[in-house]
Amino acid sequence: MNSMTESYDDTADGGRGRGAALLRNNTLWTLAVLVVLFLFFAVLKPAEFATTFNIRGVLTESAILLVLAVGMTYVIVTAGIDLSVGSILVFSGVVAAKTMVALGGTTAGWGGILLGALAGVGCGLGWGIVNGLLVAKAKVPPLIATLGTLGVSLGLAQVITNGSDVNRIPAKLSNVIGFGLVAGVPWLVVIAGLIAVLFGLLLALSRFGRHTYAIGSNAEASRRVGIKVDRHLIKVYALSGLLSGVAGVLSLAHYSTTTIASHTSDNLGAIAAVVIGGASLFGGVGGIGGTVIGVLIPGVLRNGLIILGAQRFWLDVAVGAVLVVAVYFDQLRRRARERE
Amino acid sequence: MTDPLLEARGVTKRFGHVQALRGAAFTAHPGEVVALIGDNGAGKSTLVKTLSGALRPDAGEILLDGRPVEFAGPVDAQRRGIETVYQDLALAHDLDAAANLFLGREITRFPPLRLLDRGAMRRRAAEAFDELGIRLPDMSAPVRQLSGGQRQCVAVARAVAWASKVVFMDEPTAALGVVQREQVLDLIRRVRDRGVTVILISHNMPEVLAVADRIEVLRLGRRVARLTAADTTVEELVSAMTGGLDQEDAA
Ligand SMILES: Nc1ncnc2c1ncn2[C@@H]1O[C@H](COP(=O)(O)OP(=O)(O)OP(=O)(O)O)[C@@H](O)[C@H]1O
Ligand SMILES: [Mg+2]
Repeated sequence: MNSMTESYDDTADGGRGRGAALLRNNTLWTLAVLVVLFLFFAVLKPAEFATTFNIRGVLTESAILLVLAVGMTYVIVTAGIDLSVGSILVFSGVVAAKTMVALGGTTAGWGGILLGALAGVGCGLGWGIVNGLLVAKAKVPPLIATLGTLGVSLGLAQVITNGSDVNRIPAKLSNVIGFGLVAGVPWLVVIAGLIAVLFGLLLALSRFGRHTYAIGSNAEASRRVGIKVDRHLIKVYALSGLLSGVAGVLSLAHYSTTTIASHTSDNLGAIAAVVIGGASLFGGVGGIGGTVIGVLIPGVLRNGLIILGAQRFWLDVAVGAVLVVAVYFDQLRRRARERE
Repeated sequence: MTDPLLEARGVTKRFGHVQALRGAAFTAHPGEVVALIGDNGAGKSTLVKTLSGALRPDAGEILLDGRPVEFAGPVDAQRRGIETVYQDLALAHDLDAAANLFLGREITRFPPLRLLDRGAMRRRAAEAFDELGIRLPDMSAPVRQLSGGQRQCVAVARAVAWASKVVFMDEPTAALGVVQREQVLDLIRRVRDRGVTVILISHNMPEVLAVADRIEVLRLGRRVARLTAADTTVEELVSAMTGGLDQEDAA
């Protein structure tokens, strides 16, 4: 019954299996909500909702947020928070765009695009390292440290651009990465999916991942067994910054402009996704599998409500409500488990 | 008697105005249980921290196997076979027992990626728990879900699994009920029987007499008595701690 994820241990007794099943059920339960939500809209509006075109649209809209949420999962598992992801996305997008414009603009070739992308991702990494140093070395609480870099990076992005969006993005970038399909799947979705799989496996299966959970669970205990906690935290925030940089380049490709003003709530979107996906803001608990579902639940809800003709403003109300309900039920389940 | 395994001589340590250790001495032999007792603030935890690499003494000497050593930190002491069970446990509560046992010492495969070999760690953790007679209801449950005594057992098992020479336990039974306290004391005896020296800090005198082979008494940062458990009473321990008995000359 539990042989799917517990393939490596043959000494499994009843007790062990039960605990593992409980943990698994957390993600399973969230997945069930997603499926029910999907079926609900599919039954109500089969012609509009359950089409390849629309599903592709939902996945594309969710792809960039997923990239941010993957980094956010690592940060939240360490009991931290990263409010700066949306601003770093903008900053990285601006630097990438400026570089691409300098290297040929709309007609730039793949060489220029690659250099621009690297510049953007590099900036994201740099901001992430700044966050990491502030949190791990300067001991500024993550909430404040990343609130600071949120303001500074967005401000600097506006200084660089004089506050107006950079357009003239290479056509090849938007045509292929922004709108192109591979075997019917949008490039954006493929890239975000690969990132989720890669970093999901890293978090679940590697020593790096194990130490991430350990630090979120008990940083002092981790220090005492010789884990280099400060260095690890810097790496985790650097990863979140790096992925924000990647998201910046993807956003550039998809919107063909830097969308400076449109990312103020990306941080909340990413945090909500991670929490809906079952992570604890107290650290030590969470996973990329859950985060993927946590990105898709608001995505499907938003899309379905639009198709049902709901007024735009109601979308945020619904998504906010889902977040609170998800966390509430999670608390209930946690409490029930503790009492066991 | 055998040569001492771990020894402190004339160790001093000051925190601001507080002179926590004033030339403290301590001796532990291979394969014995030594209880370190003393009033609150006598300097027990401080002494243990200097002996386990968590604190650097201001002056004095620490000898391991007869040779002077200076520990660069707790991890350095761990490398030399000295482990500590801290008063506040120091487990990662969201990880399971096996993960805690191997925390910071994970078995990994594929060097560049360092993927966890969970199977090997679970098997060896199960062996380690079996060997100490620890029964956990659920090996894959986060440690958070275990009882206080079971958690203490996990912490002790971790220290024992890695200690080749010495395990320090700072009040390991302080928060435990009667049954769980017995369980931990049993564990201490089993560890001793494997040839590992256990140094136990405790305020519970009957417990000290029940489990320790020898007792060293600390008062005001100095060792004031060394007693053999077999021919000592609770009254003698109390009088040693409070100043009625002073065997050692104030060197
Ligand atoms: N980090 C520190 N900073 C300042 N003073 C300290 C520190 N650690 C210990 N002390 C002081 O040193 C003295 C000895 O403390 P220690 O913790 O070694 O006592 P103890 O024998 O373990 O007492 P207890 O039985 O209460 O645990 C105390 O007066 C304590 O206040
Ligand atoms: Mg103490």
